[in-house]
Amino acid sequence: MRKYILLVILLLTTAFSLAPWLQVRLQRGNNSRDGDNVFKIFFGEGRRMFANQMVVQADVYMHSGLYPSIFDQAAAKKEYADEEGRGGGKVATESAGNAHEHDAEAHDDHDEDEHHDASFLGDPHDWIEAEGRHFMVTKHTHLAGGREREILPWLKLSAELDPQRIETYTVTAYWLADRLHETNQAVNFLRDGLRANPNSYEILFELGRLYAMFYHQPDRARNLWHLALRRWDEVEARQKEPDKNGKGRILVYLAELEFQAGNYAEAIHRFEEAKAYSPQPEALDDRIKEVRAKAGAAQGSLATPPH
Amino acid sequence: MNTVLALAGVVIKEMYRRKDFYVLFVLTALLTLLTGSTTFFNDDKIVGYLKEICLLLIWVATLVIALTTSARQIPAERESRTIFPLLAKPVTRLQVVLGKFFGCWLVAGFTIVLFYIFFGVVTGAREHHWPWLQYVQAAWLHWMMLGVVIGMSLLGSLVFSAPSVNVTIMFIIVGGILTLGEHLHKVALRMTEPSQSILSALYFLIPHVEWAFKFRDLILFDQPLIPWSAVGVATVYWGAYTAALLLAAWLVFRRKTLTLG
Repeated sequence: MRKYILLVILLLTTAFSLAPWLQVRLQRGNNSRDGDNVFKIFFGEGRRMFANQMVVQADVYMHSGLYPSIFDQAAAKKEYADEEGRGGGKVATESAGNAHEHDAEAHDDHDEDEHHDASFLGDPHDWIEAEGRHFMVTKHTHLAGGREREILPWLKLSAELDPQRIETYTVTAYWLADRLHETNQAVNFLRDGLRANPNSYEILFELGRLYAMFYHQPDRARNLWHLALRRWDEVEARQKEPDKNGKGRILVYLAELEFQAGNYAEAIHRFEEAKAYSPQPEALDDRIKEVRAKAGAAQGSLATPPH
Repeated sequence: MNTVLALAGVVIKEMYRRKDFYVLFVLTALLTLLTGSTTFFNDDKIVGYLKEICLLLIWVATLVIALTTSARQIPAERESRTIFPLLAKPVTRLQVVLGKFFGCWLVAGFTIVLFYIFFGVVTGAREHHWPWLQYVQAAWLHWMMLGVVIGMSLLGSLVFSAPSVNVTIMFIIVGGILTLGEHLHKVALRMTEPSQSILSALYFLIPHVEWAFKFRDLILFDQPLIPWSAVGVATVYWGAYTAALLLAAWLVFRRKTLTLG
């Protein structure tokens, strides 16, 4: 008996001795910036599973609590499938789940179509559900007037849980800069994102956008967008299905920047380049015509000596 | 009635001698204050996450207190054999059940009041807004709902072999109702017979305590007060379930053989 107790003590001592030795080596070997992240310590790689849940929670906040559950989403999908099967039109519920997927651009539309999607609740099926409606949010509104800030903790948590989730950084930066006028915070957050994802052309693009739009520093924005294009070529060009829209967007923004700077030839060149990546090349043709006209007028005014 | 109140008084006295409540309150307060000390993007006006976490902690703490307190009442009396002199007083078994219930329920009520005052102070200090009437509605619904939980746990303590088994099963049942209860009929609609009828029957059979849990959203998103008539209907609904569970507990307790061995 005494032998076994001694054996247990020996094993425990070995374990305690090995723990700090291993800890130091693991941290050194890990070589990542988020080695001291509390979520990483507690949950390991499993934390990434919850990152998306935090983004959903941010969306729930954005909609002031009226949000379809997974059961509502499944019901809406089934209803949609039934309608499709009958050859019917669009279902009123607008596929509750999918309707709530956001990206930075989509948020602008949100304000215009308030109350557009409260119908996923439908009529109560029974008296229990009818009574239960008194105790829940049933009105579809969006946070406004600065209260949008309530979504930020969830986005920040999402980034902590999964630092490689690039969309979290770009969406958060949009809300911070465009909606809450906290540009410095947005830039800092994007820089955190860039440290965790040095090859992200999306973050570089967003950073450039903030420098161009809010700090009015076109040279810095240009450099960032050039770097974004380089990163896109390094990462996306090798993909089977590259993010064409991503490159198209960078090129269009770059073209507009050159246009603003009066570099019309460069602007036209970028617009021409963007046509290969844009879903609407005709719109870019129109823009090229406008730039050419502007360039012609500018040349004309330079050729004509002032009276 | 005096006997019932005397028995309830014993439960309350036992409660403030035990450390459960203090530990859970301190833990809730500590975690809430720790969360509150965190700022996101240097913005001290953000308060939603603090309310969300504090309310969740309050729900967990009150459920733990209600379930663990009620689950051990009758088994502890049996184990320490104090049930024999108690029933020899004479005190009827119905009075024992009612006394234990009211004791646990009053303890839960006291706990809820303290927790909601703490919640109001913490969040009010941050957002300078005190919707007290809404907190009263939330606390009342919470307390009524805990009546059902305590009734269920008392019945479970007479059915299951040990308080630990009872508490575990009750946590699963209550947790299941809080998270899935309102969705059962939606799932049932997509099923085939006989699963559809079974699930629908379950939906109508379970006490829908999730109404009180959902009420948190109304506080979180600064929604207006709900009609008091709705609060009244919920009170009667949960009251009926509590009465039915206590009746069932009494029927089980009446048939239970209490032996010294």
